[in-house]
Amino acid sequence: MKSATQKLLELVSGWKGSFTGAYSIRENGRCAQIQSTGHIQITPKKDLPGLDIHISSQCQGETLLIPACVTEDGLDDLAYNDFYVEAGAQATIVAGCGVHTGDGEGARHSGVHRFFLGPHAQVKYLEKHVGAGGKAGRSIDPVTVIELQEGARLEMDTAQLGGIDKARRETKAVLGPGSRLSVKERLLTQGAEEAQSRFQVQLDGVGSGVDVVSRSVASGHSRQAYRSQITGNAPCTGHSACDAIVSGRGRVEALPALAANHPDAALIHEAAIGKIAGEQIVKLCTFGLTEQEAEEEIIRGFLS
Amino acid sequence: MLELENVSWGAPGGDQVLRDVSLKVERGRITVLTGPNGSGKTTLAKLIAGLEKPSGGRVLLDGEDITGLGVAQRAQAGVSFAFQQPVRFKGFTVKRMLDLAAGRPLSNRGACGLLSQVGLCGREYVDRQMDGSLSGGEMKRVEIATVLARQSKLAIFDEPEAGIDLWSFESLTDTFCRLRGCGDRALLIISHQKRILEIADWLVVLSEGHIARQGTPREVLPELVKSSGRCESCAKQEAVFS
Repeated sequence: MKSATQKLLELVSGWKGSFTGAYSIRENGRCAQIQSTGHIQITPKKDLPGLDIHISSQCQGETLLIPACVTEDGLDDLAYNDFYVEAGAQATIVAGCGVHTGDGEGARHSGVHRFFLGPHAQVKYLEKHVGAGGKAGRSIDPVTVIELQEGARLEMDTAQLGGIDKARRETKAVLGPGSRLSVKERLLTQGAEEAQSRFQVQLDGVGSGVDVVSRSVASGHSRQAYRSQITGNAPCTGHSACDAIVSGRGRVEALPALAANHPDAALIHEAAIGKIAGEQIVKLCTFGLTEQEAEEEIIRGFLS
Repeated sequence: MLELENVSWGAPGGDQVLRDVSLKVERGRITVLTGPNGSGKTTLAKLIAGLEKPSGGRVLLDGEDITGLGVAQRAQAGVSFAFQQPVRFKGFTVKRMLDLAAGRPLSNRGACGLLSQVGLCGREYVDRQMDGSLSGGEMKRVEIATVLARQSKLAIFDEPEAGIDLWSFESLTDTFCRLRGCGDRALLIISHQKRILEIADWLVVLSEGHIARQGTPREVLPELVKSSGRCESCAKQEAVFS
């Protein structure tokens, strides 16, 4: 494994020279290492690049790591990973990708992750996107598709904290009765980076609920666009919040949409965009921090 | 410790808020600044902390002229300031706020110790978010704890009593007295609260932008209560001023 890959792995999935348990490492479009366990079976797809992952009901608290790294200029990597989680299983899935480029042609990673959670299954999904290297462009286009059966729960924590020139992030979910989806997104764009983030959630089941919280910072000349569409088709609860800080000449556009197709669908959206409050900077300056240090701390905390 | 020499400040609109204020805040003492609303107390505190620049006069800390220093430089010189209305931070835990105030990562035990001094159970609060989920009273206590974390030579508290319940108030006044007992620190507290006025070593009454009276509580308090002009029922309240 290349040293650049190992550095990226450390950033996206806490790699310390090896993994234990179930894992798959994707390096430059190929499977570098793969290991299944008794409760988590990882099988390469036959017809498409990517994996089929089956998590059995006996899995109670195991962790699966599936990072992907791109370190070759000009590479356009695409992976389809499907997660089938049986009824009552409990698992943590650590995904994410790192893209490292030189000064040549740009590189891209697109990951399409589909989650099928059986009744009362519980998954914590952690996803981190990292970019580093030279002048060549780095793009990611992560797509997450989620289907939750009765009583299933998925908690998604996704972060993209700079270094990615272009990102198109898309999350789609359909929720069955009593199921819950919680999404926390953190997004930082710098320089001339561009990021789009789109959420489409359909609340079909009685008693289903979703909470989408997006926190983002657009600095430099960067641009971000946030779209969310929550549709309530049953008695359900939906909440989305887009909170953005703009600094420098950064731009953020937020377009939240709610649709209630049932009288007992309770849907809320909150959106706030603005620069860092002056009083926050002053408060941290009273601790002895310079204005620049205060701004950095505020952004670090906001995106934590 | 701190000396103000003929300090004046005018609001951008032209109103003269402070006129020729001269004052000494000594180490090992609690100096309480009181006076009616609008008398310029908070402005004076902000001038000392560097949040505002005086239009005239000088601010000296341990004999050094700090008039031209900004907020961060004054903080580094040993001034800390608890705001009357604390600021909320999204994504900050109480522990992180205390770490930043202390300038180093505190142990959980250290953070809990600071929070207990302001009437909060550390175990319950270290991981709480400094956002809208904390009440005004809780925010106020954390604000005071950040100043305690700084261990600075001059600590300024702007109306620390606001939002503090009776039980915690007792512990707060004990904390102020304990800080005074350290001997090497000076406390400047802006307050209307009679109990805080009573623990003062030196009481300064500000009125219409100038110092109307200063002295020990024994010298100043009786006249202050008499001149507050409250009716009989209001006099039963603890506050000296409305």
